[in-house]
Amino acid sequence: MLAAIHERGVARAKGFMLFGALLLLIGSYIGLFKAPSEAFMGEVYRIMYVHVPVAWNALLAFTFAFFAALLFLLRGDWKWDSRHEAAVEMGIVLAGLLCTQGSIWAKPTWGVWWDWDPRLTTTAVMFFAFSGILALRRFVDDPVKRATWSAVATIIAYVDVPIVYFSVRWWNSLHQMQSSPSTVSAPFLIPLRLNAFGILFLMTGLIMLRSRVAALRLEGELAPPLPAAELGAPARLATQAAR
Amino acid sequence: MYHLRPMVPGPENACAVEASGLCRRYGPRWALAEVSFRISGGSSVMIAGRNGSGKSTLLRLLATAIRPDRGTARILGWNVETDREEVRRRSALLSHHSYLYEEFTALENLQVPARFLGRDASRGALLPLLEEVALADRADDAVSTFSAGMRKRLALARTLLQGGEVVLLDEPYGELDPPGFRLVDRLFGVFKKRGATVLMATHLLERGSALCDDGLVLEQGRLAWFGSARDLPRSGGLDPATLPEGIA
Amino acid sequence: MTELLAALHKEALLQWRSRAQLLAVFVFGATALLLFSFAVGPHTELLRENAAGFLWLGLLLSSTLTLAEGFQSEMQERALEGLLLLPASPQSLYYGKALSNWVQLSLLGSALVPLMVVLYDAPLPRPFALLGVVALGSAGLSAPGTLYAAMTYQARSRQTLLPLLFFPLVVPVLIASVKATSLLLLGDPMDQVRPWTLLLLSFDAIHWSLCGLLFGRVVED
Repeated sequence: MLAAIHERGVARAKGFMLFGALLLLIGSYIGLFKAPSEAFMGEVYRIMYVHVPVAWNALLAFTFAFFAALLFLLRGDWKWDSRHEAAVEMGIVLAGLLCTQGSIWAKPTWGVWWDWDPRLTTTAVMFFAFSGILALRRFVDDPVKRATWSAVATIIAYVDVPIVYFSVRWWNSLHQMQSSPSTVSAPFLIPLRLNAFGILFLMTGLIMLRSRVAALRLEGELAPPLPAAELGAPARLATQAAR
Repeated sequence: MYHLRPMVPGPENACAVEASGLCRRYGPRWALAEVSFRISGGSSVMIAGRNGSGKSTLLRLLATAIRPDRGTARILGWNVETDREEVRRRSALLSHHSYLYEEFTALENLQVPARFLGRDASRGALLPLLEEVALADRADDAVSTFSAGMRKRLALARTLLQGGEVVLLDEPYGELDPPGFRLVDRLFGVFKKRGATVLMATHLLERGSALCDDGLVLEQGRLAWFGSARDLPRSGGLDPATLPEGIA
Repeated sequence: MTELLAALHKEALLQWRSRAQLLAVFVFGATALLLFSFAVGPHTELLRENAAGFLWLGLLLSSTLTLAEGFQSEMQERALEGLLLLPASPQSLYYGKALSNWVQLSLLGSALVPLMVVLYDAPLPRPFALLGVVALGSAGLSAPGTLYAAMTYQARSRQTLLPLLFFPLVVPVLIASVKATSLLLLGDPMDQVRPWTLLLLSFDAIHWSLCGLLFGRVVED
């Protein structure tokens, strides 16, 4: 029975991923080949079709990690710890992708690899902050402490994100105008949305699978079988009463 | 559920320490497995067992320093998991770790907890405690200069200061010399006179069973034996083959 | 309240007893400032322009030492656990330690200021305002730093883990403190110091409350 539930969960996750990959393929095809050129940037802008969806989903992943951490601390339910671990990992992968894409975009456009754009810089800081949290999880052996401490760290790191964003934006505003594409008009929206949902489904499926891996490892850590009772206690009770 | 002495009919809280199915794990190893017992107020219990049998874990659990993984425990009716502050107010633990600040003097190491407890932290109020443990002449020396035995004495003084209706002593005789042994015996008497329930983990079976009313033996985290303390070092009517090695 | 006062008393005594350590950390910070000037080169103009940055980098690096040391006496013989079992509230222990760290970092920062003036030929038109910024920035470092120091002291690889967790978190403190300090040193025609100090204040307010709330979960089992 339990195995059947497990099978259904894995099947559902794979279904999500397949659907997501499909959306991504269609969206990318339209974005790369069908959508018109952009007025200012020509063809280079097309990176936006992965860049923006990845950005949305990275933030979504970290937000989910925040709520998972909060729920774990409040409820003590271990499934939230598994989801927390999966979401943090996913967020780090997406944030890393984002920074790489940002560099790829910045070099031909601005001539530099990094342009201190507030959103990109905040993402870089988040990448490092959450990588630190992942390192924390690796360096703590006790599962209870690992779960509690990383949950606390995620909450603090997430609360910090808007502050980081505002301070970088302020700091950078004296030097540079907004560098990434911000407003998007209609012909560009469809492939953008397709890709956004594509990555969302892909990410959801991956988080589901990764949570399962984390949960299985936890199972072994939290409830190894109790040692068998070799010494016959009830017999002693009888002896005690007889005296 | 093993009753270590006949339950005297009386007020609801006659049971001072109650454990039910206590389990505690460190990594893949269970340090305590399904330990259950009841100890009535005012009695004293010796906890015996080999190294690694779970004695310290049990005491730390009852003191709320660590949480049980399974099962429950109550101190004077208060749950060790949900009512930690209440349990801590009424209990005191003498741990393996001395809880001392190396940079502070003996006196200062008593002043810190005294202040937290809202008690008189003046020299005059705390010196008698140091005299009790024969450390009065070292009151103003830093603990970093103390030997292991002296640290134990100071830790005993700290436990005496903290007081409480339930006193948990983890290897109080450890690191002490013969005068130190007599000191522990004397302090044990002080706790008993105050009407406290005392649980003492120790390897000194003869000494412990002379002081305590009851005895409890842990073996690999499980409760292996219970009964009157005087029956502990000898077989006393029980088959010696069933007792853990080194106890009979 | 009694507990907070008791905690402060204990911290003050601990600080006094380990005052030699503070001196050692100051020397570390001073060495860092010296190394920065070697890294940049003897370009007076460049050094003066970036003096604020060097000061705060030096303070940030030194802070990891003070923060970690702060928990050594607490964890050596499990003194912190002993206090928790008295009972003492984790909050009082946190705020006592965080306040003590704040004082230490402020003193350290203030001691590095004259060094900055000398090494980088930085002007000092508003010394008291500068000390104010040092205090605000130190508060921003101390609050999360105390929490993470308590956490990482009990984990493996603690020396690497503390900066790893701590540095990304205090990026806003670094940015705001450096900006504010720079403006105070080199001139602030449009009164931009105020918004930066407000940013520092909000960071401090958020973290002093949040970290205090979460400290219990970090030190209790």
